[in-house]
Amino acid sequence: MADITKDQVKHVANLARLAITDEEADYYADKLGAIIEFAEQLNEVDTEGVAPTTHPVPLINVLREDKPVPGLDRDLMMKNVPEHEDGMVKVPSILD
Amino acid sequence: MTLFNKSAKELQSLIHKKELSAAELTAESFRRIGAVDGDVKAFLALDEERASARAKELDNTPMEDRGPLHGLPIGVKDNIVTEGLETTCASRMLGGFDPIYNATAATKLDQAGLVTVGKLNMDEFAMGGSTENSFYKKTANPWNLDYVPGGSSGGSAAAVAAGEVPFSLGSDTGGSIRQPAAYCGVVGMKPTYGRVSRYGLVAFASSLDQIGPVTRTVEDNAFLLSAVSGHDPYDSTSFGVDVPDFASALTGDVKGLKIGIASEYLGEGVGDASKNAVREAARVLESLGAEVSEVSLPNTKYALPAYYLLSSSEASSNLARFDGIRYGFRADDVRTLEDLYKKTRSEGFGDEVKTRIMLGTFALSSGFYDAYYKKAQKVRTLVQGDFMNAFEDYDVIIGPTTPTPAFKLGTQVDDPLTMYANDILTIPVNLAGVPAISVPCGFTEGLPLGLQIIGRHFDESTVYRVAHAFEQATDHHKVMPEIREVQA
Amino acid sequence: MTNFETIIGLEVHVELKTDSKIFSPAPAHFGAGPNTNTHVIDLGYPGVLPVLNKRAVEFGMKAAMALNCQINQETKFDRKNYFYPDNPKAYQISQFDKPIGEHGWIEIEVEGKKKRIGITRLHLEEDAGKLNHTDQGYSLVDYNRQGTPLIEIVSEPDIRTPEEAYAYLEKLKSIIQYTGVSDVKMEEGSLRCDANISLRPYGQEKFGTKAELKNLNSFNFVRRGLEHEQKRQAEVLLSGGIIEQETRRFDESTGKTVLMRVKEGSDDYRYFPEPDLTDLSIDDEWMERVRAEIPELPDARKERYVNDLGLPAYDAMVLTLTKDMSDFFDATVGAGADAKLASNWLMGEVSAYLNTNQKELGETGLTPENLAAMIKLIEEGTISSKIAKKVFKELADNGGNPEQIVKEKGLVQISDEGALLKIVTEILDNNEQSIEDFKAGKDRAIGFLVGQVMKATKGQANPPLVNKLINEEIRKR
Repeated sequence: MADITKDQVKHVANLARLAITDEEADYYADKLGAIIEFAEQLNEVDTEGVAPTTHPVPLINVLREDKPVPGLDRDLMMKNVPEHEDGMVKVPSILD
Repeated sequence: MTLFNKSAKELQSLIHKKELSAAELTAESFRRIGAVDGDVKAFLALDEERASARAKELDNTPMEDRGPLHGLPIGVKDNIVTEGLETTCASRMLGGFDPIYNATAATKLDQAGLVTVGKLNMDEFAMGGSTENSFYKKTANPWNLDYVPGGSSGGSAAAVAAGEVPFSLGSDTGGSIRQPAAYCGVVGMKPTYGRVSRYGLVAFASSLDQIGPVTRTVEDNAFLLSAVSGHDPYDSTSFGVDVPDFASALTGDVKGLKIGIASEYLGEGVGDASKNAVREAARVLESLGAEVSEVSLPNTKYALPAYYLLSSSEASSNLARFDGIRYGFRADDVRTLEDLYKKTRSEGFGDEVKTRIMLGTFALSSGFYDAYYKKAQKVRTLVQGDFMNAFEDYDVIIGPTTPTPAFKLGTQVDDPLTMYANDILTIPVNLAGVPAISVPCGFTEGLPLGLQIIGRHFDESTVYRVAHAFEQATDHHKVMPEIREVQA
Repeated sequence: MTNFETIIGLEVHVELKTDSKIFSPAPAHFGAGPNTNTHVIDLGYPGVLPVLNKRAVEFGMKAAMALNCQINQETKFDRKNYFYPDNPKAYQISQFDKPIGEHGWIEIEVEGKKKRIGITRLHLEEDAGKLNHTDQGYSLVDYNRQGTPLIEIVSEPDIRTPEEAYAYLEKLKSIIQYTGVSDVKMEEGSLRCDANISLRPYGQEKFGTKAELKNLNSFNFVRRGLEHEQKRQAEVLLSGGIIEQETRRFDESTGKTVLMRVKEGSDDYRYFPEPDLTDLSIDDEWMERVRAEIPELPDARKERYVNDLGLPAYDAMVLTLTKDMSDFFDATVGAGADAKLASNWLMGEVSAYLNTNQKELGETGLTPENLAAMIKLIEEGTISSKIAKKVFKELADNGGNPEQIVKEKGLVQISDEGALLKIVTEILDNNEQSIEDFKAGKDRAIGFLVGQVMKATKGQANPPLVNKLINEEIRKR
C-alpha cells in the first residue's frame, strides 16, 4: 500500500484549507492511500523522452487586443458577496 | 397528443407548421416534469415563470428572426452558469448562488431560440459517476428507479430519457456525458476539446472538460451541437475552426469507412453484455458496408490512474476559489481568516470533492510533482499517441461506453476505485481531447447499454454519420422507459 | 562592517500601463472608486477563464529587451497556488520555469565606478487586489488592482552596498520609464521593491542566511532599510548570534527593520502549467517588431549628447533624467536650436518653471518648436537674454509663436545706432557726476550709465551697442 501518512494528509489538508479532525485524517489516509497506490502503476510505464501534455489539442498565441470594457456595476458586483462595507468586501483579519 | 416521446426534430416541425406553440410545448414540459420528476429527481431548479414568458415571446417572433431550434425546451446541467437562474453545481458551497453573467453555451441556447426550463442534477462539481454525490438529491434511472442514472451528468441523461425535456446539455470530463447517456439509453456526445466554449462552465479539470448535448436521437444531437459550438473570444482554448452543419453529415452511408474495434475495450473488467452488444453493433455496421477490424490502444490501462492525478490536480486549484468571500456558502462563527477558509470549505464541500482536492494538492506538492503530476502528463501523451496511431488507419474507433449497465443506488458510493473503474472506457477520450458519442446499442436485464464511437479531432461529422447509420439500422432508440405519471 | 561582505538582491514589481487588465477586459487604471474596475474574471467567479492581453506581452518583452534580457521564445504561464483574500482565484497566474526574459543586466555607476548588475529573470504575472486593514478585527478588499499586468524583475545577488541598490533602482526605473511600458511611480504602487540581504565573511563563497525586507516605499527607504539591516546583521554575527531566515518590515518612523515573520521552510505554491491559456511562441519577426518600438535608452542618449552634440557630461546626465525632458531636448535641437543653449534653457528656466508651477512639460505652452524659435531670436540679437525671459514666461503660460509675441509686445531689441545715440546723449547730459567719476578712474560709472539706458528703453536696448556708444560719447566730453 502506497504510503500517505496521517501527517501528510494533515499537511495537504492545510495547504488546501480544509479543516480535518484526527478521525478524518485516518479516513483520508486510507482512502487517498488506496488511490495513490492504484496511481503508482504508472511507474510501470516507460516515459523516458516523452514530453508532458498540458493541452489536449495544441494551440498557440491566443491573445486579446488591449481594449477595455466598463467595469461591473458595483451593486451587481456585490450581489453574491456575503459581507461588504463602503464598497469593499469584508473579510476577517489574518490574525486573532 | 403526447409530446414527451417525440424527438426535438419532430417537435420543431410541429411548431414550424403552427400545430404547436412554444408556450404549449413549454407547458407540456413542465407538466411532464411535475408528473415524473418526483420519482426521477433530475431537476434541481425550475423556472416556470421565466420559461413561460420566454416561450410566449418566442411565439411572437417573426419567422425570419427565429433561431434554428426555435421554441424547444431544454434542461441545463447545473455546472453551466445561467444568469439569474440559481447555479449550484449540486454543492452546498454554491447554495443560492445567483450568477451575474451567462455561460457562452447558455447564451448560444438563447440565440438558437431554446427555452431553458431548469437546471439539472449532477455529482457535486461533476466529481462522480452516479449523481449520488449531489448535495441535494439522488437522481434515479428512468429505466429502473432503484438504479443510478450514471454521472456526473445524471440529471441531464435522466431528464431526456424520462421525456421531461427533448434534450439537455451536460459536461464531460472523464465520461460524464457518455456514461449516463449509456446508462439511461440516450445519445450523449463529448465534442472535441475546444469545440464548445468552456466560458461559464464551472471548471472541474480545465484541460479535460467539455460541454456537450444529450438527446434522444443522433440527429437532435447534431442540431444541438451545431447550435452551441464555435470559437469564443472569452475561451483561449476554444478553436477558431468553422462549425459544420453536423446534421448534413447524416447521410446514412458508411460504406468503405474503416472502423476499428479497440481490443483493450473488450478486455478484462468489461462485462459480457457490453462486449456482446458492441460485437453485435460491429456486425450491423459491417452489414451497412463499413470495414471493421480490431485495433490496439495499448496504453488504455494507464489512462485511468493518469486521469485521476491530472483531473484532481487541476480541480484542487480550480476549486480553491470557493472560500466564502465573494459568493456562495460561508460558514457561521468565523473569527479569523483561517477559520473562514477552513470552516467554509470543510462544511461546503462533500466527501468526494474533498478527497479529490487533497489528492490533487498532494500530486502537485513539493517533492511529489514529478512522480505524480508530471508522470501523468507524460502518460497522457502516450494515451493520445495511441489514438493518433489508430486514426492513421481508421476513421472511427468503437467500443462499449461502459463496462456494465447501470448499478443499484448506494452500492458503489463507498468504494472509489470500483466507482472510478466505470469510466475506464471513456476517460482515454478526454485525455486525448478527441470527440466521442454514446448511442443506445441494446439492453441487458432491462437496462440500456451504450456503443461508444470515437473520432479524430474536430471530426464529429464522421462520428455522427456512423452513429446515425447505426441508430437508423436498429430499434434501440425507439424504446422509451415507462414511468408512472403522478398527478401534480 | 569591515569583517563582512554584504550581498543584496532586489525583486522589483512594475505595473504595466495597459488600458485593460492582463487576463480580463476590465479597465486597468489607478485611482478609480473601490471595486468599480472589475470584471467577473477578476473576481474569480465560477466558470470564468483568462484571455491574455497582447499589449501586456509586448510591454513585458520590451522591458525585458531594454534590460538586456534574452527572450524565451517558447514561453507559457503557470498557476501559483496560495490562499489570500486579495487573490480571488486562490492562484495567481504567473510564469514559473519559462519567464519571458532571462539573463539580463544593467550598468550602474557609484562614486564614478561602473558596475554591471545581473538580472536573473523578468516574468509576467497578474497583480492582486488591495487589502485595507481596519483596527476592528476585519479587513476590506478592493479588487480594482486585481489583474493589472505586472512584471517581476529579479536581480542577481550582485549588489554589495545600499548605495548600489539605490543606483540599481534609479537605473532600472529610468530604463523602464524610457520604454514607456509603465509610469514607474512608487507613490502609486506602479513600482514596488522587496530586498534580500545577507552577510558573509570576506573570502567565504557560501552566502549567509538572508532576510527579506518589505514595506520599502521609496528608493530612499530601500537604502535606509538596507543600511540598518546590514548593521543589525553584523551586530548579531559579531556577538556570536545566527541570522534567521525571516521577513522584516522597514519602519519609516524609526528607520529600523522590524521582524514580520520567521520563514519555516519554503512555501509550497504547487506551480503547474495554466491549462486555461495557450503556450506562447514568439517568432523572430514579432520580437524584432517589438524591439523596433523601443526608443533610444538613457545611456545611449548621454553618449550621443556628449560625443555628437558636445555637451558637458553633467548636462547630458540632467537632460536624460526623464524621457520627457530628453525627448524635448532632442526635438528642440531638431528644430534648429543650438544644443548648448537649448540645454541651458531646459536645465535652467524651464526646470525652474516646472518646479514652481508643479507641471509636466506637456502641460505647458512650450513646444520644442517655439523654444527653438525663441533661442534663434536671441542668437540673432532680435531679443536680449533678459527680454527672452519675458518671452519664455509668455510661451510657457500661454504658448504661441515667439516672433509674434516679441512684435505684439514691442519687445524687439533696439539696435538702431541713431535712436540709441539720442538716448545716450540725454542720459549723459543728466548724469554729470558719473562722467566725472569715470574721468577720475571709476570704471564702474559706465555700468551705472548702461543701466540707466536700459531702464529708459525698458530693457530693449542692445547692450553691447549701448556700451560702445557710452564709451565713445563719454570720451568726447
